Amino acid sequence: MSNISDLNDKRTTRMRVVMIVMVTVAMATLCLSCSKDTERPINVIGSTSMQPFAEMLSQEFNKRHPDANVEVQGGGSTAGIEAVRSDIADIGMCSRYLKKDEALDSVTIALDGLAIIVHHSNPIQELSLQQIQDIFVGKTITGWSQVGGRDLPIRMITREEGSGTREAFMNLVMHKVRISRKALTQESNGAVRELVRNDPAAIGYMSQGLVMGEAKILGLEKILGVNGIVPTHATVSSGEYPLVRPFLFVTKGKPIPKAQEFIDFVLSEPGQTMLEMEGLVRAKQQVKP
Amino acid sequence: MIEQQVGASTVFMLNYQALRGFFYRHRERTIALVLLAIALSAIASLAIITLFIFKEGLPIIVRMGLDRFLLSSDWYPLEGEFGIFPMIVGSLAVTAGAMVIGGTLGLSCAIVLIQFCPPRAVIFLKPCIELLAGIPSVVYGFIGVMFLVPLIRDYLGGPGLSVLASSVVLGVMILPTVTSISVDALQAVPPRYREGSIAIGATEWQTTHRVLLKAARSGIVAAIILGMGRAVGETMAVIMVAGNTLELPHSILDPVRTLTSNIALEMSYATGDHRKALFATGVILFVIVMFLNTIALTISRNRRSDKK
Repeated sequence: MSNISDLNDKRTTRMRVVMIVMVTVAMATLCLSCSKDTERPINVIGSTSMQPFAEMLSQEFNKRHPDANVEVQGGGSTAGIEAVRSDIADIGMCSRYLKKDEALDSVTIALDGLAIIVHHSNPIQELSLQQIQDIFVGKTITGWSQVGGRDLPIRMITREEGSGTREAFMNLVMHKVRISRKALTQESNGAVRELVRNDPAAIGYMSQGLVMGEAKILGLEKILGVNGIVPTHATVSSGEYPLVRPFLFVTKGKPIPKAQEFIDFVLSEPGQTMLEMEGLVRAKQQVKP
Repeated sequence: MIEQQVGASTVFMLNYQALRGFFYRHRERTIALVLLAIALSAIASLAIITLFIFKEGLPIIVRMGLDRFLLSSDWYPLEGEFGIFPMIVGSLAVTAGAMVIGGTLGLSCAIVLIQFCPPRAVIFLKPCIELLAGIPSVVYGFIGVMFLVPLIRDYLGGPGLSVLASSVVLGVMILPTVTSISVDALQAVPPRYREGSIAIGATEWQTTHRVLLKAARSGIVAAIILGMGRAVGETMAVIMVAGNTLELPHSILDPVRTLTSNIALEMSYATGDHRKALFATGVILFVIVMFLNTIALTISRNRRSDKK
């Protein structure tokens, strides 16, 4: 009888040792992973349109400052502002002007045209603002032949509710009018472009910076002129092209020094040149209210 | 006697030795209790999720009125209009399509595996079909967008992103669920039914159709309903191939938005009432899925009591 309990005791002792070792290892791992926290990353969260540009800039910035660690995440303009407000993000990315009730500081890092894109086989070269609005309302204009194109129905592609690109499109083109319920909804610039590339009847809108370079090289989608003006660096910068929106970095008050350094880098000559190379238009360095 | 022991040890609860003694004496019960606690935590998480979804979602349903929330077609979240009728129709249409495709394919697979396949081939084929369940849904969606959608657009018309495309993708996704549960149901039919049927001169096909399928009917229905549950809840693949319009679909070539894709599309942006309305969408989805699962459970329970 006592033998058995002895055996049990031994076994439990061994078990206990194993347990203690395991717990210690777990704690140590936890501590180690936490200690990295001293170099807290600078979180940049927001607009999916700005994400690829911010990622590129952050890579360059991290290369120049090995001690810095800028992390970029998507999620959408509104999510970015929300993240700044709740201190999750140091910098929010917002691809539209701030609303009045969003009382945060912002700095324009670049300007972006909203490109209206169609399939490369579409014979249309340009549309007026009014025509674009009518197309997306989907009541008076429903076929390409009505705007001088082929005999195909128009399939409009929009972005999901809350997207910065959608809001910019609403403000610049639709004003107070609703986009048709028939519009296909895609959740990213890339998805919109993918659809337009493959569908001869499609029309969509997306960040000009994202579409410019590739459209020229691959020629799978065509960028339309609006009111007779084709979006280029010159026409977007001068404001001639009617669909221009800002890319904003949003902060709550004064950002922490490292975040400020990143913003300064983006606004500096090398940063702005990088953005320009990627198809955006350099900001005039003014702070929008 | 035992009660005395328990009483005595609770008095010495603070005493480590006594506590240790208590554990030794009641080892089995302690283990049972710990396991019970762990099991309950699984149920607790279900309860917490349910509570949370309903707490967030119900107020807006109550404020709008259930009928307006369910039957209005106006979804303009930024203007405070929340009507999810087209999405309910979308979810149901896509699920029905998936059931027709997945159900037919899955049941056929099950019949072939049980009745007309050499056992060696079954050993190879069944795991292959079950492997389909392990492919991530985003991969199904991607294949749908790259191959299925252009095919539909070019040969059948419409934008390609459609009820049909989602049904096919979902149908293939629920195939393993339907097949493996149907196989189990068919295997559970006592062999003497089959032997008896063959003995009185029925052909293989007559036996399958008149005897096996009839006997396994409730299990097969349960399999299809469980597959439906999965189809209703699937999100990623559907977002990619359904087109996500807010318009009611008029044909299977029209695009639709389902309840799940509505939540996933707008969740990351939504704040305030918009967010609550998405939770309310979740409540409706929850009710639908619970309803389907309850039916499946009831049917399979009936089957078991039938046997007795």
